[in-house]
Amino acid sequence: MTSSNATHSASGEVVRCQVDIQESDFDIASLQAWLLSGSAGEGAIATFTGYVRVDKGSANFQCMELEHYPGMTQDSIGAIVNKAAERWPIITARVVHRVGRLYPGDQIVWVGVSSAHRGAAFSACEYIMDYLKAEAPLWKKEYSAEGECWVDAKESDSKRADRWAGDSTD
Amino acid sequence: MLHIVFFARVKEQLGCAKLELEWDETLASIDALQEQLCARENGAWREVLSEDNIIRAVNQAVVAGDAVLCDGDEIAFFPPVTGG
Repeated sequence: MTSSNATHSASGEVVRCQVDIQESDFDIASLQAWLLSGSAGEGAIATFTGYVRVDKGSANFQCMELEHYPGMTQDSIGAIVNKAAERWPIITARVVHRVGRLYPGDQIVWVGVSSAHRGAAFSACEYIMDYLKAEAPLWKKEYSAEGECWVDAKESDSKRADRWAGDSTD
Repeated sequence: MLHIVFFARVKEQLGCAKLELEWDETLASIDALQEQLCARENGAWREVLSEDNIIRAVNQAVVAGDAVLCDGDEIAFFPPVTGG
């Protein structure tokens, strides 16, 4: 499932962006290449990759299952990207989030943002990831030798997103 | 018709992914719908749907308080999100 759209960035330029929700793995090099618009205007690309982590003391962890709300998940991430684009002069942005069964070390999520300068690219990438974690309808269930368990939402994740509310764009 | 969907822990605890209800004036708000759903299964759904942190969405947009429901709306109930 893919949703693409064009929005206007803080600099007034049209932003090319795409959100993919998929079961299959993704190739970071081709995603990064997609971010280059061909105009050579990108002076910076910032990316984030999230992986399935096994915490110390969770030796019995086996895998996780990611559930989403078809349609709303893409749209809510698309809305987050648009808000980032209103705030920073983004040139291109791409988000991929996997769903279904994932194993330790698997890639879960990738966020990439291009801009003329690193400050906007770093900030927009972090902003998108923070709000994705706080707002996008996705749910993790963990499977271990002891059984299965839905992951509880962390207050620290919503606090991380909230701190952007009062921040300047610098 | 109202199209009602449940996700994750809520779906599992109710044992129900989706259901449809004929829309009428007694289902004109999400609070009214939730109260009717709570009465299902001899009140067994109340425990699940009365969780303080349950999130409600109308036509795939999260609503903070009560919201008007119209015929054809899609209403979702789900727990706090844990993606990323």
